[in-house]
Formats: sequence, C-alpha cells, structure tokens
Amino acid sequence: MDSKTPVENLYSVEPALNSSSRRSNFSIPSKASGGNSIREVNFSDLGSKPVRYGSRGADSDTYSTSQKEINDEDARLVHINDPVKTNERFEFAGNSIQTGKYSILTFLPRNLFEQFHRVAYTYFLVIVVLNQLPQLAVFSREASFMPLTFVLLVTAVKDAYEDFRRHRSDRIENNTLASVLVNDQFQQKKWKNIQVGEIIKIQANETIPCDMVLLSTSDPTGVAYVQTINLDGESNLKTRYAKQETLLKIPEKEKVTGLIKCEKPNRNIYGFQANMEVDGKRLSLGPSNIILRGCELKITAWAVGVAVYAGRETKAMLNSSGAPSKRSRLETHMNFEIIFLSLFLIALCTVVSVCAAVWLRRHRDKLDYLPFYRRKHFSGGEEDNYNYYGWGLEIFFTFLMSVIVFQTMIPISLYISMELVRVGQAYFMIGDTQMYDESSQSRFQCRALNINEDLGQIKYVFSDKTGTLTENKMEFQCASIWGKDYSGGKAMSQDQEDGYFVQVDGKVLRPKMKVKTDPELLQFARSGKEMKECGHIHDFFLALAACNTIVPLILDTPDPTVKLIDYQGESPDEQALVYAAAAYGFMLIERTSGHIVIGIQGERQRFSVLGLHEFDSDRKRMSVILGFPDKSVKVFVKGADTSMFSVIDRSLKINVIHTTETHLYSYSSLGLRTLVVGMKELSTSEFEDWHSAYEAASAALMGRTTLLRKVANNIENNLYLLGASGIEDKLQQGVPEAIESLRTAGIKVWVLTGDKQETAISIGYSSKLLTSKMTPIIINSNSKESCRKSLEDAIIMCKKFTTISGTTNNTGRTSRAGLTPVALIIDGTSLVYILDSELEERLFQLSCNCSVVLCCRVAPLQKAGIVALVKNRTLDMTLAIGDGANDVSMIQMADVGVGISGQEGRQAVMASDFAMGQFRFLVPLLLVHGHWNYQRMGYMILYNFYRNAVFVLVSFWYVLFTCFTLTTAISEWSGVLYSVIYTSVPTIVVAVLDKDLSRRTLLKYPQLYGAGHKQECYNKKLFWITMIDAFWQSAVTFFIPLLAYWGSTIDASSIGDLWTLAVVILVNLHLAMDVIRWNWITHAAIWGSIIATFICVIIIDAIPSLIGYWAIFEIAKTRLFWLCLLAIIVAALIPRFVVKVLYQLYTPCDVQIAREAEKFQTQIESGAVEIEMNPILDPPRS
Amino acid sequence: MTNTDRERHRERETAFYLFTQQRLPACKPVLTPAWVITIFLFTGFIFIPVGLVTLRASRSVVEIVERYDTECVPEPFRIDKVSYVQDDSIPKNCSLSLKVRKYMKAPIYIYYQLDNYYQNHRRYVKSRSDRQLLHGWKYHATSSCQPVEFNNNQPIVPCGLIAWSLFNDTFTFIRERAELKVNRKNIAWKSDRDHKFGKTVYPFNFQNGTLIGGGKLNPRIPLSDQEDLIVWMRTSALPSFRKLYGRIEEDLDADDVVVVHLMNNYNTYGFGGKKKLVLSTSSWLGGKNDFLGLACVFVGSSSVILAIVFMLLHLKSRRPYGDPSYLPWNRKSFSG
Repeated sequence: MDSKTPVENLYSVEPALNSSSRRSNFSIPSKASGGNSIREVNFSDLGSKPVRYGSRGADSDTYSTSQKEINDEDARLVHINDPVKTNERFEFAGNSIQTGKYSILTFLPRNLFEQFHRVAYTYFLVIVVLNQLPQLAVFSREASFMPLTFVLLVTAVKDAYEDFRRHRSDRIENNTLASVLVNDQFQQKKWKNIQVGEIIKIQANETIPCDMVLLSTSDPTGVAYVQTINLDGESNLKTRYAKQETLLKIPEKEKVTGLIKCEKPNRNIYGFQANMEVDGKRLSLGPSNIILRGCELKITAWAVGVAVYAGRETKAMLNSSGAPSKRSRLETHMNFEIIFLSLFLIALCTVVSVCAAVWLRRHRDKLDYLPFYRRKHFSGGEEDNYNYYGWGLEIFFTFLMSVIVFQTMIPISLYISMELVRVGQAYFMIGDTQMYDESSQSRFQCRALNINEDLGQIKYVFSDKTGTLTENKMEFQCASIWGKDYSGGKAMSQDQEDGYFVQVDGKVLRPKMKVKTDPELLQFARSGKEMKECGHIHDFFLALAACNTIVPLILDTPDPTVKLIDYQGESPDEQALVYAAAAYGFMLIERTSGHIVIGIQGERQRFSVLGLHEFDSDRKRMSVILGFPDKSVKVFVKGADTSMFSVIDRSLKINVIHTTETHLYSYSSLGLRTLVVGMKELSTSEFEDWHSAYEAASAALMGRTTLLRKVANNIENNLYLLGASGIEDKLQQGVPEAIESLRTAGIKVWVLTGDKQETAISIGYSSKLLTSKMTPIIINSNSKESCRKSLEDAIIMCKKFTTISGTTNNTGRTSRAGLTPVALIIDGTSLVYILDSELEERLFQLSCNCSVVLCCRVAPLQKAGIVALVKNRTLDMTLAIGDGANDVSMIQMADVGVGISGQEGRQAVMASDFAMGQFRFLVPLLLVHGHWNYQRMGYMILYNFYRNAVFVLVSFWYVLFTCFTLTTAISEWSGVLYSVIYTSVPTIVVAVLDKDLSRRTLLKYPQLYGAGHKQECYNKKLFWITMIDAFWQSAVTFFIPLLAYWGSTIDASSIGDLWTLAVVILVNLHLAMDVIRWNWITHAAIWGSIIATFICVIIIDAIPSLIGYWAIFEIAKTRLFWLCLLAIIVAALIPRFVVKVLYQLYTPCDVQIAREAEKFQTQIESGAVEIEMNPILDPPRS
Repeated sequence: MTNTDRERHRERETAFYLFTQQRLPACKPVLTPAWVITIFLFTGFIFIPVGLVTLRASRSVVEIVERYDTECVPEPFRIDKVSYVQDDSIPKNCSLSLKVRKYMKAPIYIYYQLDNYYQNHRRYVKSRSDRQLLHGWKYHATSSCQPVEFNNNQPIVPCGLIAWSLFNDTFTFIRERAELKVNRKNIAWKSDRDHKFGKTVYPFNFQNGTLIGGGKLNPRIPLSDQEDLIVWMRTSALPSFRKLYGRIEEDLDADDVVVVHLMNNYNTYGFGGKKKLVLSTSSWLGGKNDFLGLACVFVGSSSVILAIVFMLLHLKSRRPYGDPSYLPWNRKSFSG
C-alpha cells in the first residue's frame, strides 16, 4: 500500500529538509490569523531597546540579523567528544548549578548587603550609627539597635529558609545521573560533572541535563520529541531534529569528532545559531537542533547529543529570573508624602535646634554653674568643659539628636507592614473560590506582590481576543468547498462511527475528539474521487490533514484493541482542522520529517513530504509539497484569505472564487475564523526548479530565511482554489456579562486582536462589547494621508455624537443617559501609519471620546504600542490581559499585566503580574479584590502616617519643656516597641481583613469601582486632614496631662507611662472607629494590642535597673491617671468623629450609601440568607 | 445531592472556609443620626458630672503656697543674692508666718516647689549611676555621672549631678509656740527604697569638691534611708515641680498661724528659679488643680451641644438611609 520508491528516490532531499526547513519550528502560527510568531517577542530586549511599535518589519529585521555569521570573538567553540580540548582555552561553566544565593560563610555579609539596598534600611542604619556617637547617644545601645535588628532578622530568616530550599533542590538536581560517553562507553555520571563537549545519551522520559546539540536519535530520520513544560510551561510536544550527517554515527563504535561554533550563552530560548563541522562538511544549526536543559524527551527511545551550554549558562538557568518588579501607583503617591514628612521632620528638628540655640545664648553666663547643666568639671582642679563643644557644635548636635528622637516620623515600619499586608491580600485572592477555574483546576496566581492595590484603580483594560475572550478551543464548523457551502453540521449522524476509525494491525485507531459533521459532505467525502466534485472534497481534506505541523500521538485506552489519536500541536486551529479531516475520513496517523501517513477512508496511505514552507507573518500562509504514491507532486497551501486570494489563479473558475468570497464573508460575520485552502499540481520541471532553489536556500548560511521565503513565494502562486474552512472559537463563559460589568464600572475595554475585522466585530457584538446603540467608526486606511483624513473626520463625527445630548465632560463619566456611545474600529494597517507619528495624538483624542475601541489585525508589538499610547498620555491605570506569546509585550507594557493560563502555553503567564483561568475572573479581581485592596492599602498608609506622627509630636511637645534637650519622658523601650508591638498588629489585620462593602454589593453596583478612579481613599486632601488630626490628637494627649500635673510631684517616668498608654489607646481606638467590619480577629487584634501594651509597660517598669522602676504602679494607683486617660481619649477623638459624621451624613460618598443600603436592605429582606449569589458569575444562560 | 456535593457543602460551612473567603461573620456598625446623637449625649452625661465632681474635689483641697526665695534674703543682700547664698559665714535663718484660711485636715502634706528648674534636662537626667546607688563604690563604671564622678581621685557616692544638687533647705513648723510634729518618713516610694538604693551603701566623699551644689548627706546612714535624696532623685517631669518634704499629722484650724523657721541654703538665685513652700491637704484625686475638672466639663458640654446641633440638622435635612435610589447613577434628576 505504501510504496517506498518515491521516498528513496527523493532521499537526498531529506537532509536539507530535516535541518533547515524546520529551523523555525517554534514559529508555527500560534494563531492562524494572529500573524506573528513567538520569536519576535524578545523578553529581555523589550525594556532596554527603543522599540518602534508601528513597524511591521520588526520581525523580518530580527530574521535577517539572526542570519549573520557568528564572529569568532563572539563564538564559543565546542569540540565534540573532547571536553578537555573544549575547556582548555575558555573557562566554560560546569554543569553544576547553584540557584542558592548564599553559602554558610557568605550568608551574613551578602544578605545584609542586599537588605541594605533598601533606602529605608539605610536610613535606619544611619540613625543607629549616629546614636552610637557619644555626643549623640539619645537612646541606649540596646534600644537603638533593636528595631533594625528585628527587621533584619525577620528578613534574614525568611531569606535563609528560601535559600535552604533552593540549596536542597540544587543538590538533588546536581546529583541526578545521566549517561555520558567516557572512553567510548556510556557511563553514568552525575549532572554536576558533565562538561561542555561531552556526548550524552538521553533515554525516553528523562530530563535533559544541559543544553545540547542533537547528534542522533532513535528515529531513523533524526526526529526527537521534547516536552518543554519545565521551560516555558507548554505541555505540547515539540519536534527537534538531528543533522543528517551525524545521524548514522554511533558514538560507541566510531569516534565522533567535530567542531561546533555557536553563539555565546543567551537567554533567548527560541533562538540558537551555530555551525558544526563534521567530516569536513560545514553544517548550520538552528533552534530546532538543540534540546534545552529542563525539557523532557518523549516518545523517542533515546537521543544522543553534545553538550554546548552547561550549568548556569544554559538557557533555562539564564531565564530563571523572577517576575518584573513594578511599583504601585499608591506607593508612588505615598513617596511624595514621605518626602513631605521628611521636610516636616527637618522642620521639627530645626525648631528644636533654634530654640536650643536661643536658650544656650541666653544662659551662656550661667552654664558653668547651672545645677542641671554644669558645663565645667571642678573635680580635678583644672577646669575643663565637660561634654561641651561650643555653641555652634552644640546646636548641630541638638539637630542630629532630634533627628534620632523624631526618626519614626518617616514610617519605616510602613514598608514592612505593606509587604505583610500584600502577602495577606494575595493569600485571599489566591484562595478565592470564585476565581478558581474548575475546568483547568487552576487557582488565581499572584506573581507580582507589590501592585495589589493598583487593581482598584484600573481605567483601561486592553484585552486580547483569542483565548482571552474566547476559549481558544477551536471547533470546525463549516466549509466551503469548490463554491459550495457545507454548514449543516449540527447533529452527529448515527453512522458517524464509520469514518472515525482506521484499523492497523488489528487495532482500531480513533481520534480523541469528535467533531460535528455535515451529512452531505460526509457522503461526498466517502464516495471517493470519482465525481469531480468529490475530487475537490478529497483534495480539500487531504490538504487539511497534511498541510500542518501537527504531531499525532497514539494513546492507549482500556480496550486493548482501540487506540486513541491525540493531535498535538501549537496551533489550536490546526488541531481543529486535523480533527475535522479525521471526522470526514482523512485521518493523520503518523508524521515524521520525511513522510506522513494518512488513513483515507480507513485505508492507510503514505505520502512523502518533499518540502514544507513554514507559516510566517509576512506571507500569512504555509505550504507543504507532497509526493503522492503515484509519483505526482502537489503543493497544498493554506492561509489567511487576504494572502491567499492574491496568489490564487483568478482566471480559473471565477464564479467559484466569488461564491467562496461570499461564504467567507458570511462565516466571518458569524464570528468564525476562516482559512482558505488552495493547491497546485507541479509538473516535473516546476518541481525540479523548486527543488534546486529550495536546496540552495536551505543550505545557505546567510539570509536563509529570506531565501526560503522567496522560494516559498515562487511556488505559492497560480493556485487552484479548493475552498475555505470556518472554525468557531467559542466565547468563554460569562464574557458578555463581565464586559458589561467592567464598562458599568467606568473601565474602558479595548480589544486588540489579530483577527479579521469582520470576525472581530461579530465577536464584539456577541460579547456585548459593541451594542446596537453604538455608532461604529471604522478606520481602514492604506496611507498616512488617508489615515489623517479619516481620523479628523472621525473626531468631528465623534464630537457631533457626543454633543447631541448637550453634555460633554471630560471628567470621565461619559456613559450618561442621552449620550450616544461611539465605538472605534481600527485595523493594524492604519495603526502602522498612526503609531510613532504625530497622528498618535489624534488617535488618542479620538479614542478618549469613544467608549469602545476595537483594534483588529494588530501585530504583537503594535499591541504594546497601543497600550503605550494610552499609558504615556494619561495618569490612568492600564491593565492588559492576554493568554498568548503575542500578548507578552502588551502585558509587560501595561501597569498591570494579567495572564490567562489557557491553551496557548504559559508565555503570557510568565510575563504577567497576575494569572487566572478565565476572563470573567477579571470582574471579581478588579471590582471586588481591587476595590478592597485599594481601600485597605490607602487607609493603612494614611493611618501609619498618623500613628507615627502622633507619637513623634508628643515627644516633640515634651522637648519644648525640657530646655530643648531631647529628653524623652516615654521610656526608650516603649518608643521602640511602639511600632513593633503596641500598634503594628491591628494595622496589618485591618488592612488585610477589613471590607468596606460586601462582594455582593460591589458586584451589584459596579459603579462603586469609581472610588478608585476618584482616588477616594488616598489623596492629598485626606493626607492633610490626617496630619491636622494627628497634630490635634498629639496636642490633646500631651497638654491634658501637662496641665493636670503642672506643679505637682509627678516624675518623668510616670507621666511618660501615661503618655505611652494614652497614645496607644488613642491610635487603636482611632483605628477601631474606622473599622467597618468587626469580626473576632479584628476584636482580638485591637483590644489585644491595648492589653499587650499594658503588659509591656508593666514589664518595662518592673525592671529595677531602668529609671522608671515601678512608675506605672505608682501612677496607676491615683485616680487622676485614669481620669486623664479618659479625658485624653474622648477629647482627642471628638473632632475626628464630628468630621466623619458630617461627611457621612451630609456628603456621603457612593461607598457610604451602598454600605447603608447593604445594612438596611438585608434587614428588610431578612428572609434571604446570605448566600453570596453572584449575578455575574452564574448568569442565566440564554 | 451527591456525596461530593454534600461534602463540599459541609466544607463551605467551616470557619476556615469562611475565613479564606473573607466571609467571617462580622458586625458592621453604621453611623445613623440616632447613634450619633446617642453617643454625644452619652459622652455629655458622663463627662459633665465627672467634671463637676473632679472640680469639687479640687476645690475641697486647702493649699497654702508661700514663695520665700526673695523674702528670705535680707534687704542688704538682695542686690547679689548669689554671693549671699554661697557665703557660708552668713546665717541663712529665715522665718515665715503662714495664716491658715480654712480648716485643714490631717495629713497635711509639706512640699517644696521649684519653678524654672529643669530637672528633666538631658545632661541632668543622665548624670547618675543606678548601679552605684544600689551597689556602692565597688561599682566603678560610673562614667555616666560626669562631671561629678571623682573628687581628689576618689569616687563620689552617690555620684552625678542629681545627687550633687540635692535640695537642702530645711523647715520647722511652729504653731502657738509648740512645734508641729512633721513626719519625714515614708516620703519616698517604697519600691525605690527597697530596690534602687542600697541598704549597705553609705555616702562617701560626697559634696567635698570646690563647688558645693546642695545638701550634704550623713555618711552613717545608708542610702536606702536617705529619703530626701531618694525623693530628689526621682526627677520631675516638668520644669515646675513639687517634692514631698514631710507630713504634718495634726489638723490645722482656720485662722491658725503657723510660723516656719527655715534654712535658706539652696541656691536657685543663679538661674532665677523660684522656691515655694506648700502646705496642702489632699482629696481622692490628689492636689489642687482645677484644670481637669474644667476640661471634663468643657468636653461634656461640647458633646451635649454637638448632640443638639446634630439633632437640629437631622430635623432640617433628612437623608433616606441606605436607599439605593440615592446612588448617583440611579438619580434621575442628575444632570451635569
């Protein structure tokens, strides 16, 4: 049935095939129409290089640069099977890895060094060091060291634990065994001893120990399949090829020698270029010839390769860096306030030093004899100054001492609290069952830990379409073949099983997934090639089955006679097409580099693959040249409609072309993704021409890609149209509702897709992104001038629509009744002319007035360009959400990047700040968690400022009554414990647990999200109110005891204890006043802190060596003390309470009204038990 | 309902699940006008009586304050008080007569009050050695005591500025020619006597320098019994302070005249500090100080006024509570 002859005849073609045509194996169309390969997303370069977003030629640039010869200086030379020689000149890294940062010896210095990279800690340290100078010793040594030591210790313990775990996993990995060729024999060797240049043999399912160039595999054609899940998280199999020249060498028997010249180690896991000299021949190597550390060998029984990069120089190790660190908007604002606080601190210190200066000047004659100053020694006969360095220096020292005393004005503890709070918030976000994706069993992931609160202020959402709004589970829906539409595939026909299997060696093969079939088409497909119509159908399905890069995997089932075929591939579209072909009886059974086996209506047929032109984003099509058993040669092409119709021979069957075009239009209006299939039979001379050109191009060392593309373009013309396919990409569950919620919340949703305009628009309607009320403005231009014109027209039109209702305001509330919303639809070609030119500004103006923007046919870098367009011009927060590699640039560009862990691998997730399973989780993420996080964090920052300011100001007031000499009445230990024990826990607990509104209310009224847009929880006004409040409260706290005890026997320690307790109770009650939900944890934290403070004060005062020994017991005996405490607390809190009440009663914010509604509505509907019904998550399916 | 469903249901009821879903049962108080008014009225009704009681207590205290620092310097020396007080050859005797205006119930506390005296000055506060006070001259690390650490290369016990500047005016009280008995025991904290000042530590080389700061100590009495020193060394918090001198354990009737014989030894003239003698009874609240009572009355009456203001405001403009139609996007009449 399968004749070997054509394969043998054409055997000489294969080497070239194996090696070069597949070199861009990774650039299989991840989205058939998405139009771009993963390669052009260069992670490492994105931040550093200026990128021209508008340029379409970006990828071709990288292609051409990647073809440059490797300079000798930039190359590393690897002598195959000669590690000694390889390593003699250059010191290449060994294969042992060390991800642990520290060793036992280096831990202390290195860890401290890293910790002090934080400005806050350095400030802390400077203060401590200042305090050690004898002239400035305000606090005792122990007390001054304690806070810093505490913080450093906590962090160090955490780091040490993490490092210990890393060391443990390193040890396991380093001691894994691999078989390495030593003295012409494969011996087991630990991974850490592997050296560059050694030959290593990997068995099936083994992990690859280092980056190596394949020499040979168990497959006679040199194919090896690897799973890269550890590297990039993609679970599908990738094919790698050994070079033909090395394929037949058996390292044990004959000595393999050669020289590989490859580029220096870099972190691009999709790029590799090298030359290999074997037996005097020079071969070029690409990314498809290398297998990387961390991957697993699958299906292939064994593979032999030579190590080229080892240990830390492997691509996996070079890529193992953490998520990018971003700084939240709130934190940026906060830093401004911190600068202000620093100025305030300096002002306080200046006041103290000026006063001290005046005092010293005024008493300059008396200083020698003042009983409480005594400048001079009189003991030793000689009269020298004791601890006095002259007026100027004394003032300077006073200044520095006041910095030490008032240091907590800058809330260092805030940074630590914020980190803890974010961890807590992340814990709740991760654990939220409403963001748990049942289908993929995946939880929400918080990859970036420092931008939680930004989620509450998002103004723009940029969303990818495929895989984000849609499921990216492609389903073949309909086909138009030879001008006839077959779209009746609604029901599974009863006899569908027939075409569904192929028998091989008595075993039945079945595809894993079933596809709905059109009965009529099925009928035709079965009836063989006799009728002309059926011939086209035959060719059409053959094209679907053959023209792809899918790898069939045979899986066992419980029934030993039945095997399942699972089609593995990177493009879900191709999978869908292959499954469809199988359903119609054209089952792809086997694919190797040289041939494919297709079961046609149950009969195995073998075709030799003579050439394969990969998909690329310029051509937007791929083609395969098949040698048929009858020795005819045909080329099958499939691709996007625009690129296909330009290469189809229009002279043939013009009416077929027309009807196909109409069908295509109707398919895409239904929201289907379309592909056009064409073919051509090659005559012998054509084949010869192509073959020689192809071989020459494949062997070329320079500009290979360009040459191959030219060859492809030459063969892909004058095609014969077979038909078109329509693939449905279903909308994810809950997407329309989610988009509606987001829009109600005042978030602008922009969709950026690589799809065709019609598809995009129809998806837009079905996802409720576009509604019939909207006026669409479409911009499709082919030149800069027409772009300018259409933009100007659009702006005028937009103005007209938005002014019909009479009100345009720029405050952001555009979606008010009576306003006609405008939707802007723009395509990638126009964006080429707009981005990076002066037209950007106009596009921005226009898009600001539009409630929806839909960009179709955009390239990945353009996506980032659009995000940058908005991000650079407004202060609004942007969020990008996507699932594929082509969204990476956009995700990294936006303020918040969200990755969908979906079908297209984990590229997007790896680059994202947050990752989740479904688009609809964006709603609880933003509206619920974002809102909470923002509110909590905003409150916490303000509260921390207040808390420290009150304490510092109380000390400041006291200084004014001590001759400005920085004496503290409050015990220094209480000062240290204030932010560590007395007040820290409630802050963190409240900032993690408090909820201003319930989830239900937040989801019911998405408008409440506006609180974040309006910066309701943290703004300059609130900051000033808080500081004035702190000023008042500190004054009350200080002056009530001062006046009550003026001229009494009170001693410093006792009144200090009174102040300590008053401040602690006050700030805790202040917090209690603002807590919205009291659960038992909050109660425990707040009251517990007050009790803990009492206990601590008692303990401190029970230490006889301290000055305040027994003071608390003495003062607590008096009733005056308790009365003072009560008066302080009430008098201090009244103003705040009054202001709060006035605000709440007379100018309530939306949140406040909703909170009341929540409280009173639930009382009214008391029958309803609180089941957190989620109107968005569980929509009634219509 | 399948088994797993039931299990899941049960799981959802656990406290831990509620915690992870941030749905712990919680109380969510909302400030309604009723609550606000109640809170203010409550505060008012607590604070006004408390303030009045406090004020009464303070008023019930009878206090005689007599400033004597100028009067006790004889006329010819008033131009240069400092040299007067430093001159040992001049006797420092002085008599004051105090008239009791109101009946004073025993115990009557005798205080001396110093004004403009910064016992809380940093140099002063630090200049002591608690270890030495407890362990005596055997304890050598007394550098904190500078500049009063050594004299003639001998350690000073007790060292430091505070002890050096010990107050040394003395008072005797005579009523109708009979001396009033003054109890000078137990004027210092018991905790200080027991745990901060050594029972075996005796003053040594004290007040032997060229510059005499204040009182001398009997070298035969251990520090733990030197109560004047102990009182003095519990440094005051504020620049105007009293220190307990002793207690008169007899009642004084109205119109009694008490003659005080005092030794005006202590030098406050150098820096313009005032010296006062205070005789005071005590109430349950302590000494005479109207401030706290007034403050409480003020806070209480402000609360009541606020309560009334809120009541009026509430009557004037009432906002329906928790009405979702009040949310801006539900308001029909809203126009930008």
